[in-house]
Amino acid sequence: MVTQTLSAPPARRKGPSTGRLIAWAGVALAIFITVAPFWWVTRTALSTKKDLIANPDSFWPAGFTLTNFARVLGQVDVETAVAAGGSGQKIDFWLYARNSVIVSVITVVFQTFFSTLAAYAFARMKFPLRDQVFNLYLAALMVPGIVTLIPNYLLIHRDLDWGNTFLGIVAPTLLMSPFAVFFMRQFFLGINREVEEAAFLDGAGPFTTFWRVVLPISLPPVATLSILTFVGTWNNYFWPSLVGKDEAVRVLTVAMAVFKSQTPQGIPDWPGLMAAALVSMIPTVAVFIVFGRRVVNSIQFTGFK
Amino acid sequence: MSHLAISNSGARTETPRWMRRWFSQETLVAWLFIFPSLIGFITFYAVPAVRGLFISFTDWDMLSEPQFIGLDNYSEIFSDPQFWRSLQATAYYVLLNIPTQTVFAIVLAVLLDRVVKSTLLRSIFILPWLLPSVIVGTVWAWILNPALGPIGSIFRALGLPEQPFLGSPDQAMPSIALINIWQYTGNAALLVFAGLQTIPKEVYEAGAIDGASEGRMFWSITIPLLRPVLVFVLVTTIIGSFQIFDTIAVTTTGGPAGATRVILWYIFEYAFSRFQMGYATAVAVILFLILLAITFIQMRVLRANTSDLA
Repeated sequence: MVTQTLSAPPARRKGPSTGRLIAWAGVALAIFITVAPFWWVTRTALSTKKDLIANPDSFWPAGFTLTNFARVLGQVDVETAVAAGGSGQKIDFWLYARNSVIVSVITVVFQTFFSTLAAYAFARMKFPLRDQVFNLYLAALMVPGIVTLIPNYLLIHRDLDWGNTFLGIVAPTLLMSPFAVFFMRQFFLGINREVEEAAFLDGAGPFTTFWRVVLPISLPPVATLSILTFVGTWNNYFWPSLVGKDEAVRVLTVAMAVFKSQTPQGIPDWPGLMAAALVSMIPTVAVFIVFGRRVVNSIQFTGFK
Repeated sequence: MSHLAISNSGARTETPRWMRRWFSQETLVAWLFIFPSLIGFITFYAVPAVRGLFISFTDWDMLSEPQFIGLDNYSEIFSDPQFWRSLQATAYYVLLNIPTQTVFAIVLAVLLDRVVKSTLLRSIFILPWLLPSVIVGTVWAWILNPALGPIGSIFRALGLPEQPFLGSPDQAMPSIALINIWQYTGNAALLVFAGLQTIPKEVYEAGAIDGASEGRMFWSITIPLLRPVLVFVLVTTIIGSFQIFDTIAVTTTGGPAGATRVILWYIFEYAFSRFQMGYATAVAVILFLILLAITFIQMRVLRANTSDLA
C-alpha cells in the first residue's frame, strides 16, 4: 500500500552531502540505543552475581556462566540455585511458557475467525441495523480498557467463577475484538466482488463462498492480524494478573512480575531475572525475525484508517 | 391502482416474493455471521460498560450486596487529595512522555526517509514495541540500577555523582517516561514514516524551484501535510499514556512516596487491595470522560479529518 522507495526530497545535492552523513549518524545512534539494552541483558544473564557486583562497569559478561539459563529452565536443584543468588523459589519456565502459548493460540484462532466472519458480513451484506451495530463496535474501540476491566473481573471471577481457568483468561477477547473487525472490514471493502459473485452463480452458499473463496484470498491480512493479536495477547499483563494468579494458569508476563517481586529486595537476583527476560523474549524475537516486514507494513496500514 | 392490477399477474407475485425471501435470507445469513462477535461484544463490552456505570453509583465491597449511594463516590473522589495527586502524576508523565517521544519519532522518521531503504533495517525499531512492557520494565530497572547499571557506569566515567533514578521521588517519573519512550518511539516513527511516503515528490520539487531551504520545506510542507498522521499518532499515544500501568507494576509500584502513583495504579489499589469496587469504578468512569474530552479537543484543534493535500 505504500511505495517504499520514494527518495528524499530532491533538494540541492552536492556530492556525498554532509546532510546524508548526519542522517546516517542519527540512524546509527538510534539503532545503537534500540539494540544496546539487549546486549546488557545478555551480558548480565551470562554473568555470576558475585562477579557482577565486583565488576559493574565490565562490557563483557563477568565470570561467564550458563547457570542462570539452567536455573530459569529448571535444570538445577534448589541448593545450586540459592548458591547462584536465587530466592530458591521454583521458576517453572516451561509451565508458564506453555500457558502463554495456550492463551495466545486460543485467542488468536477464535478471535480472528469470528472477527473476520463478522467483518465480512459488515462489508458485504445488507441487513437492517448493520451500520448501527458496526458503529457500536467502533465506539468500543474508543473506550479505554480500564472502564470494562472491573466489571469484566466481577463477571468472570465472581458471577461465573471462571477465575484461575484458561477460559476466564481468554473469554473477554475470544469472540471478537473491535480492532480485528474494523481491520478486516477495511480489507474486504477494498477487494473485488467478482470472485464471490462467480461462486454464488455456481450455486455456492454464503458460508461455502466465505470458506472456499473469500478466506483463501484474505490470507495475507488474516496473517497480519493474527500476528498483531498474538503479540498483544502474549504481552498482556493486567488482565491475566487479575484472573490467572494460580501457578497452573499463570502466563509468562505474570510469572515475570511475580519473579521480580519475590527476588530478595536488597540485592535482587539480576542475573536470574535477565536470563528469564531473555528467554521470555525468544517467541517475540522469533515473530519479529519471521514476520517483521509484515508487521511494519501493517503499522503503516493502520496509520491510514 | 391499475399498476396494482397489472402486477397481480406473474411478475408481481414472483419478483417481490423472491426479493423478500432473498432479502430475509441475506439478513439471516448476515446475523449468523455476526452472531458470535455480537455475543462477545454484548457480554464483554456493552453490558460491562453499562454495569460499570451502575457500580460507580454504589458502595460495594464484593462481600455484601451493593448499596446505591448516588453520586457519593464521585464527591468523595473529588475531595480526595490523593486522587488529584495521582491525576497530577499522570499528567506529569504524559507531559514528559508525549512531546519527547513525538519529536524523536518525527526526527527518526525523516532520517529513515532520507537514508534507509531497507524494510529490514527499519523493522529493528519496532522490536521494543513488540516486547511485553513487563519485560521491558524489568530490564530497564536493571539498566537504571544506580550502582551496577550501565548508565551509572557512564556517569562514573564522566565523573558525575551517582543518581538514584527509579529510587527517588524526583527522578522516578522521568525514568518511567524514558523507559516508555524507548519502547514506543520506533512504532510512532514508523507511522510518521508511512505518512511521509504519502507526500508527493512534486511538492518538494516545486518548493526547491521556488528556492525554499530544507528547513523551510520541513515546516511549510512536511509538517502540514503530515497532520492527519500526526493527529492519529498523538491521539493514540496520549490515550495510551494516560493508562500507563505495566511498567510501573514491575518497577516502582507507585512509589517512591507516591511519586508514580498514576491514575490506573490508584484505581488498581482501590479495586484490588481495598475492594472498594464502586469507588474504583467511579474513578475509571472519570478517566474515561477525561480521555473523551481530550480526544474531542484534539480532533477539533488539529482538524483531524481534513488534509492539506487536497
